[in-house]
Amino acid sequence: MTGRGEHPMTGLNDIYEILKDPAAYGRKLKGEGRRGIVGYFCSYTPEEIIYAAGAHPFRLFGSDDTIHLADAHFQSYCCSLVRGALEGALAGRLDFLDGVVFPHTCDSIQRLSDIWRMNVKGPFHLDVVLPVKLGGESSKTYMTDVLQRFRAELQARLGAEIGLEALRAAIGTFNRIRGYLSRLYEIKSEDPGLISGSDLHAIVKASMIMDRDRLLETLPRIVTELSDKKGQRKEPAGKRLVMAGGVCNHPDVYRFIEEAGGVVVGDDLCTGSRYFDGIVELNDDPIRAIADRYMTRSLCPAKHAGLFTRSDRIVDVVREKKALGVVFILLKFCDPHAFDYPYLKEALDRQGIPSLLLEVEDRLPSEGQLQTRFETFIEML
Amino acid sequence: MQEIFLFLLAGVRKKILRFKKHRKMKDILTVYYLEAKSARVGGRKVAWITSGGPVEPLIAMNIIPVYPENHGAMIGASKMGAGLCELSESMGYSSDLCSYARSDIACATVNGGPIGGLPRPDMLVCCNNICGTVLKWYEVQARYFNAPLFIFDTPFCHTGFGEEVRRYVRRQLDEYVSFLEKTCDRKMDGGRLAGVGKLSLEAQRLWQAVLDTTVNRPAPMCAFDAFFHLALIVTLRGTQEAVDYYRRLLERMNDRVARGVGAVADEKYRLLWDNIPVWHRTRWLSEKFASHSACLVADTYTSAWCGSMKYIDENNFFDSMAEAYTRIYLNIGVDEMARTVLAMIDKYKVDGMVMHSNRSCKPYSLGQYDIAKIVERERGIPSLIIEADMVDERSFSESQVSTRIDAFMEMIKASR
Repeated sequence: MTGRGEHPMTGLNDIYEILKDPAAYGRKLKGEGRRGIVGYFCSYTPEEIIYAAGAHPFRLFGSDDTIHLADAHFQSYCCSLVRGALEGALAGRLDFLDGVVFPHTCDSIQRLSDIWRMNVKGPFHLDVVLPVKLGGESSKTYMTDVLQRFRAELQARLGAEIGLEALRAAIGTFNRIRGYLSRLYEIKSEDPGLISGSDLHAIVKASMIMDRDRLLETLPRIVTELSDKKGQRKEPAGKRLVMAGGVCNHPDVYRFIEEAGGVVVGDDLCTGSRYFDGIVELNDDPIRAIADRYMTRSLCPAKHAGLFTRSDRIVDVVREKKALGVVFILLKFCDPHAFDYPYLKEALDRQGIPSLLLEVEDRLPSEGQLQTRFETFIEML
Repeated sequence: MQEIFLFLLAGVRKKILRFKKHRKMKDILTVYYLEAKSARVGGRKVAWITSGGPVEPLIAMNIIPVYPENHGAMIGASKMGAGLCELSESMGYSSDLCSYARSDIACATVNGGPIGGLPRPDMLVCCNNICGTVLKWYEVQARYFNAPLFIFDTPFCHTGFGEEVRRYVRRQLDEYVSFLEKTCDRKMDGGRLAGVGKLSLEAQRLWQAVLDTTVNRPAPMCAFDAFFHLALIVTLRGTQEAVDYYRRLLERMNDRVARGVGAVADEKYRLLWDNIPVWHRTRWLSEKFASHSACLVADTYTSAWCGSMKYIDENNFFDSMAEAYTRIYLNIGVDEMARTVLAMIDKYKVDGMVMHSNRSCKPYSLGQYDIAKIVERERGIPSLIIEADMVDERSFSESQVSTRIDAFMEMIKASR
């Protein structure tokens, strides 16, 4: 299923409708009297704090459009995610945003923040310069300090108090979302034929855009519906694969893999499990609790928490999901992921786990070429 | 090894003044690398450190600092970049990654390059004030050499420097010292560190004074000379040697100024260079600009090693390192970088800006288009953007760059 026509599964029609034109959905939400629509990049954005302010966190992805305007600001060796995001803003397609949040990630997002602040007028602009080193007392304290600063700045920009009770409630909301998304991933792994890879991808992606209260009505229904169907489908699922990389903006990849006889049963993607990995353990200080999750959740390669954390993680995911191989989907010019690839591949090789590297830009390589590569890889497993 | 320094020092340039006392730099660097390579024999430890990293605690602990970025520059200057970059690509590293990192990572596995590889590190110190790439690069090398890695995390200053950042970086200074003490199994001598700090600051002042001599017309040296003389402020900052070297260099420059001697004999146009040098084409570029009677009188690169002096407290060097190492040129917003560039344009009376759009360095290069626009708007000064790579000569088209430089210089001449 790729969103064309009526979807038999509850809530999926709405989700595909939202993903077809996220900006239109953003405008609609704005019309419903939200305190603010706050665009954000990166899965390290403290959505809980935005939500607790009564505003709506709205994840921004690259754009599918041809880059014209952003070419005046970014060289061609800047990734399509960054160029596409700026293109959308300069073209006025994000005019519904009341503010934008830039967590510090990589060198390119860092400069995107500057260039955006200097050229995109209108929405307020907040940087959240998180620690790069996730470990040790100093970085733990700093992580909490940065989130406190963000809370104070957001309060000032939105003119809204962000109280402890609201924060606790927000943490509860996002923990439930994480719980349902994790459950969906478990279901997918237990019975991969129940839901297509692109449908699951759409659900996770929409979770970062949709009204979170509505989302919390939709997700349990999907979980129940899928749980009821468990064991009913008899057709053999494909060979089990794990997908790894940064942002995957290409739902078609899942279809190609499935057509080539594979099935993605787990991932390490920031548009996948890295988004919902780990829950916030509530304690007396909700901001510190949010900080604690960032220190331990599955790691983005732009951050550091040990020399083998990411390779251990990917091998664990493969083992846990009983996968036969890994597909790396890496965005061209994404330095942190490209630096990690050789050592991750080596770690997988040592465990006898084959992997395939797919480097993508804003558009996928031709369908024929992809099919051949996937078929050859999956055949070999 | 001698040959490569001779190579680095070679400066036969027709219209360009040649430095006579390059021998001194060669000697210092030769001794430095020989010492580093035989550190074990001398019972000393070797730390690999990033170019913007706080080196003073290492000097105070008698640890030999070694700079993989410097190594990258040497690889580029000796035109060995393409080969080593290709090797790294065969190891799985994308050709879009930083060529310093790629060539150094490849070099370590074959002990290749101009000096047969860097001495093995006993520890690695990575300060991310210059980029996020060094974090990944040092992770790779820490795994390869199985050596302890200390990350000195300097949060990016988009618009300012908050108190929470100061506290975080300051605390890491203590953690850094503890790391060194643990790795070396001995205590830091606070008095010695303060002394090293004073020498570091003094060398930075002298280096700034050397760079400032180019406010004179004609400029007694050009950016290509600065790229060369930079070596010590990067590698031996905090030693008496660096102070002595720059003091002598300053005297020589002042002498040239007094005699009206210029780096480019018939200096007519004054240009500003932005970004890391194109190491494999410095001589060609220098001759090319000189042929147009143009002197690159200043650059944003070599001044980065003295640009945050204003944050250093002479009497409390250790504490003030937190701010000084965090607010360096590359760790600030594009608008603040543009303000720095404008100030340099005014100070050095610049007619045009040459920007090296460096595929290898995103934090330096992304934002150049905006800086060029600001410079054009605020000062009416044109910019030339050269597409290249600091080490990997495969990304360089000499004929194309040559044509563009000619056209740019014609425009500058016409606007006079």
